Amino acid sequence: MDLKVSDYTTDDDLTVINVEGEIDVYTAPKLREKLIDLVNKGKYHLLVDMEKVEFLDSTGLGVLVGGLKRVRAHDGSLELVCTQERILKIFRITGLTKVFGIFDSVDDARENRKKQK
Amino acid sequence: MAPEIAPRTATVELTFSPLPVHVRTARLIATAVARRGGVEEALLDEVRLAVGEACSRAVEAHQQQCPAEPVRVELRDGADRFEVVVTDRVPNDDPAAGGTPEVSPDLAELNGNLNLGFAVIAGLADDVNISSTPSGVEITMSWPAKKD
Repeated sequence: MDLKVSDYTTDDDLTVINVEGEIDVYTAPKLREKLIDLVNKGKYHLLVDMEKVEFLDSTGLGVLVGGLKRVRAHDGSLELVCTQERILKIFRITGLTKVFGIFDSVDDARENRKKQK
Repeated sequence: MAPEIAPRTATVELTFSPLPVHVRTARLIATAVARRGGVEEALLDEVRLAVGEACSRAVEAHQQQCPAEPVRVELRDGADRFEVVVTDRVPNDDPAAGGTPEVSPDLAELNGNLNLGFAVIAGLADDVNISSTPSGVEITMSWPAKKD
């Protein structure tokens, strides 16, 4: 299955990246290119919506960590939307739940962002 | 007198060129054999992910060291365990190391300065053994299986 990646930017300057499909060693470069492209365009506050992700492996985790490093270099943020237990389990096993902000919905993430300001 | 029937122990063997695109195929086959071998539905996601991690690691190692050699996967449907063995042909490769100096920064970011792959395998497989030999690295993982 192909990986589909699209994005839009909200009026509070948050760029939401919708990811659909399987993120593995074959497809992860596509997500990585998207994250690099957005940072190069000056988008430093990213929210990756993983609700339609069917599979995620350590390659995908590596791409997300790489994206986080890139936005942090610009005082930005990279957070996630994910409620799927099988995906969350991978974040827990690797300890990355402490690294990423993980929200139940895009609205929840935006609400949290408003509170932080 | 009926012939003696051998214990039900099937082995499916798979070899594939070390290309990322084939890792998904290996995952799907492993999951199908595990299901048929009596691994509980709740554990199949773990099998799929752990096999994918082991195959991804092997593909990366082969691409750096021996791209013409295939990666080998054995799926063993035992009496009470389902066992998977992923073998590469990269001699004396230290699977716990964080990558070799020849690894490009891009590849390192994609697959593992953090060694996340091994963390995932260790967290998912019921039993894991990783051995590095002169002929390559062998990752053996297993899960309980119930026979009807």
